[in-house]
Amino acid sequence: MRWTAIGQLSDIPVRGARCIATPQGRIAIFRTGDDRVFAIDDHCPHKGGPLSQGIVHGASVTCPLHSWVISLESGRAQGADEGCVRTIPVKVEGGKLYIALGLPNGRAA
Amino acid sequence: MSEKLVIIGNGMAPGRMLEHLFEKSPGRYEITIFNAEPRVNYDRIMLSPVLSGEKDYEQIIIHGDGWYIKNGITLYKGHRVVAIDRAAKTVTSEQGVTASYDKLVIATGSVPFILPVPGNDLPGVLSYRDLDDVKAMLLAAQSRAKAIVIGGGLLGLEAAAGLAARDMDVTVVHLMPSLMERQLDPAAGYMLQRELESRGIKIITKAQTKAVLGERRVEGIELADGRIIHASLVVMAAGIKPNAWLAKAAGLATNRGILVDDAMRTSDPDVFALGECAEVAGHVYGLVAPLYEMARVVAAHLAGDAEPHFVHNDTPTKLKVTGIDLFSLGDFADGDDRQEIVLRDAAAGVYKRLVLKENRIIGTVLYGETADGAWFNDLKRRAVDISEIRDTLIFGQAHQGGAPLDPMAAVAALPDDAEICGCNGVCKGKIVGAILAKGLMSLDDVRAHTKASASCGSCTGLVEQVMKLTLGDTYNPAAVQPICGCTTLGHDDVRRLIKAKGVKTIYAVMQELEWKTSCGCAKCRPALNYYLVCEWPGEYADDYQSRFINERAHANIQKDGTYSVVPRMWGGVTSSKELRAIADVVDKFAIPTVKVTGGQRIDMLGVKKEDLPALWADLGAAGFVSGHAYAKGLRTVKTCVGTDWCRFGTQDSTGLGIRIEKFMWGSWTPAKVKMAVSGCPRNCAEATCKDVGVVCVESGYEIHFAGAAGLDIKGTEVLGLVKTEDEVLEVVVALVQMYREQARYLERIYKWTKRVGVEEIRRQVLDDVGRRRAYFARFVYSQKFAQVDPWSERFSGLHKYEYRPLAAVGLSQVAE
Repeated sequence: MRWTAIGQLSDIPVRGARCIATPQGRIAIFRTGDDRVFAIDDHCPHKGGPLSQGIVHGASVTCPLHSWVISLESGRAQGADEGCVRTIPVKVEGGKLYIALGLPNGRAA
Repeated sequence: MSEKLVIIGNGMAPGRMLEHLFEKSPGRYEITIFNAEPRVNYDRIMLSPVLSGEKDYEQIIIHGDGWYIKNGITLYKGHRVVAIDRAAKTVTSEQGVTASYDKLVIATGSVPFILPVPGNDLPGVLSYRDLDDVKAMLLAAQSRAKAIVIGGGLLGLEAAAGLAARDMDVTVVHLMPSLMERQLDPAAGYMLQRELESRGIKIITKAQTKAVLGERRVEGIELADGRIIHASLVVMAAGIKPNAWLAKAAGLATNRGILVDDAMRTSDPDVFALGECAEVAGHVYGLVAPLYEMARVVAAHLAGDAEPHFVHNDTPTKLKVTGIDLFSLGDFADGDDRQEIVLRDAAAGVYKRLVLKENRIIGTVLYGETADGAWFNDLKRRAVDISEIRDTLIFGQAHQGGAPLDPMAAVAALPDDAEICGCNGVCKGKIVGAILAKGLMSLDDVRAHTKASASCGSCTGLVEQVMKLTLGDTYNPAAVQPICGCTTLGHDDVRRLIKAKGVKTIYAVMQELEWKTSCGCAKCRPALNYYLVCEWPGEYADDYQSRFINERAHANIQKDGTYSVVPRMWGGVTSSKELRAIADVVDKFAIPTVKVTGGQRIDMLGVKKEDLPALWADLGAAGFVSGHAYAKGLRTVKTCVGTDWCRFGTQDSTGLGIRIEKFMWGSWTPAKVKMAVSGCPRNCAEATCKDVGVVCVESGYEIHFAGAAGLDIKGTEVLGLVKTEDEVLEVVVALVQMYREQARYLERIYKWTKRVGVEEIRRQVLDDVGRRRAYFARFVYSQKFAQVDPWSERFSGLHKYEYRPLAAVGLSQVAE
């Protein structure tokens, strides 16, 4: 896995999110109330809403368009809704954020 | 004949030891104390309040002169002992007084660590150990000059805060990267630094002192990096070391301190040592709790009880600076075999961290809210397996066991004088009293006798809970719809409890009202944020992460993730200059759609989020402010042209609409508020389907409210007729404030009115002039904090991160 530095943990508000632009589209990086960090595609499985703009609670985010609740851990829609977004490995080391993007469609280099 | 006991030192530890000894074995010893300080035993922990001026010396005396006389103690004040002769069993003071002993207790305390740098002995360089140091600092503080405190530990920060409280300009110089690094982790150290800086104390970390500067007296210090800081007072608070030289000179075993066994006995069986000078099992101590424990052990052995032994316990640390709550205990370093539970609330300045190892607490750091420190300490001391309560552990004791999910707990905990019904000023005690005295069994009875919940009814849930608490299972209140799955409480109960308990942050509400989730959900957080904004306008720090994206970004999110922007056009009136500015930004930012809204203004749709601050800057330059078209707040005041142009106009409807809008913009409300002012009963501004409307007539102004023209269609109710524009403003503002204070989050005015009743609202905002003015005054007060243009704040740099991507990652960085 190749890790790419994308910024500092402190760049993301607690219970908030920031986006990064990648060749695979926008990815939302979330920081939870207990300072865990998650990355998922910034694209709600329902109608493509920007999940990074939602309210973060526990390890979930509520989509700003139609209030689907997406688990940051699994990328799955919660409750009665069905759908899933891609989760991307992300880590914090010494306050710095790193993401492991891999290649689109999972191809090896 | 009684035995002779001599004590060297008269601090808190030997003082406590004597208290225990007199209790266990009164009259057994003839006691002599040598005190190097010229005074009695006082509470050294309280030196900081003396320094800051919150207490004076008399208030911190533990044993006054009378106590020594009463207990027959010979106290030599100002006598420093210079020699112990263990063969002859005597001690001798500087003044030449010699006393013989059967048992000797050494309690010489500690000496401050003075940095070995040039100039460290200049006049004006002080330590912070005893009352003389404090007196010298107070003298220096009279000059209101500059002071430097070397050392950002417990003692140094207390000294700094005390000197700052005495109006000195204080700089703290600290060797390590964060303050109090032995007691606090970096996060809590950072919060502490922010708090102290906000009090005007300058803090320089990672700063090594190279020299103290000055010719005849201190003039400043020089740091290793060459920086020079000027000051006329330098306080060295870089640590303490046990004062063991006297014992060492007497041939007793010493290391860092005077070596003692767990009975506090030195290498000579007739000599004990206790306090900061003693070293037991490799530890020396500087906090009072273990020193008092030593005192208990020594007293027992002196009284002939060989049983008690000193056992090491981590001691919690607390910083004694008014307004800063800080608690630290045990070991809190990170480690692979450790887990941590963290709770943070930056807005409220709360940070809590528990470090766990094998399901047991081994360390705790609490900042901002320390009430549960004793409980965590107890769990740690008893090594309790916390796996069962792990989920709620960090929220503290009140959230454990059966109590947390009991919806009655919050009401049960209210004091008797807590106000339950705001409309009629009825407190809990009065309701309970009436139920018991009159045997009331139903809600209607309680309403009839106490007037509680007899007006707006928003406290009905609480009144019912009080009844249930008083009557037990014989009373069964109607089910209340909870706000969301995170709580069993309904909106009205939560609002009233926020007020009654005086809670001022979202996470305090969740804590006090026993939320079932750690940080709520997308339903309750925006509601709580609004309730707190409304209840504590001057005090509550808005939590933007608890606002829906539109209110966080100050624009309306669209289906493709772009935003729409609507600038305010007061009363729907615009000008060529404004229209030109709009045309320019539409071109500059390539805005795809421009549309006239139903509220008489212009909407620009399809703006990229990154462009928002720059676009607002251009609009701001033309005089525009946010139209709050995205807010649960005041949206528009639609007007017709009235007497300015219209041949039927009866009043200046345009002017009145603009006046209302300029008075009320920026206020947050439970749901959006749309208004209109029509210049005559032909009602071209459509005021009779608005949340609040005014219809001008020849004789004055008819005030309407509770209309709807959305999901529901409903004509307004007439509140009443008033004569002047001033009265219109007062009544409309009072009505909106009543709605702000009582409605449930997302409940429009017409739905709230249906619950409360037109009559009740009219009574409160039209008929009762006193109450109307009180509502008006509260609205005016809250506007002081609300009427800030959010766009201008943001194009000036506030919350920049909201509008920018964190990073852009290129293809090359993706490939392996």
